Amino acid sequence: MSDKTTLTEEMKAKIGTVLPPIVMEVERGAVKRFAQAVGDLNPLYLDEEYARKTRYGGIVSPPGFFGWPAGEEIGAETILSVLGRPFENVLNAGNESEFYRPVRPGDVLVSSTKLADIYEKKGGAGNLLFVVLETTYKNQADQVVAAMRYIFMFY
Amino acid sequence: MPKVYYEDVEVGTEIPPLVKKPTTRQLVRWAGATGDFNEPHYDKELALSWGLPGVIVHGLLKYQFMIQMLTDWIGVDGDLLKISCQYRGMDFPGDTLTCTGKVLRKFVEGDRHCLECEICFSNQRGERTTPGRAVVALPSRG
Repeated sequence: MSDKTTLTEEMKAKIGTVLPPIVMEVERGAVKRFAQAVGDLNPLYLDEEYARKTRYGGIVSPPGFFGWPAGEEIGAETILSVLGRPFENVLNAGNESEFYRPVRPGDVLVSSTKLADIYEKKGGAGNLLFVVLETTYKNQADQVVAAMRYIFMFY
Repeated sequence: MPKVYYEDVEVGTEIPPLVKKPTTRQLVRWAGATGDFNEPHYDKELALSWGLPGVIVHGLLKYQFMIQMLTDWIGVDGDLLKISCQYRGMDFPGDTLTCTGKVLRKFVEGDRHCLECEICFSNQRGERTTPGRAVVALPSRG
């Protein structure tokens, strides 16, 4: 960690940059593996017969899963491609989501990500750099299904 | 039959807590399921070289545990509309993480009967590592 400012004018100029869209397929097996990884065995995500009788009419993806590749990976790649590696290390500092429509196996989502903000804070041992990404996810019917904010902390 | 109606809930109502005991195995499974292969979540040597006390639990896994607590509570007839959290502290494999929450506000927006909730993860050391907020909509008897 260092005390000197790493937030350059060049980096600030990148705020507002919109990244190329990423196509994400929501496969049924991926939904199942995600739910199992969380330990969330809600039959709405796993059991077609159960899910068919609910108001959803079939299996849906847990809120927060938008298929492959997943958000965090997109986030890290996005930042690297736009900013380079401002510090050696990165951690997740926060997330925000709004969910508008269910996501179903078979959906093909397109994510669009904007570099929404970059700011610096003084930490106990040096400067911390925060990078905020805003991503929206649209389905094949061009409906926005969800919006996510990813806040990454570099140190 | 809905699990819980808007009218069943009051300001101050507590959400049934969700307890999780993530293991390194679960973190690896999460990495595989999401594509988040950031090393501090499974490579102890690398985590230490980053100045971390050890392998740490993914923020987004805790986020997803919070989502599970909310969707378990509202059931299939409720809608999770919004959620947010900040990762203020670290949690480690082997920790006992308890997700809690309570209703802060009830409001009707259009035809939606909504609850704004405060949510939080605490570990067995008593650290409130992950505070957050959520808005859910519930079916109404009205």
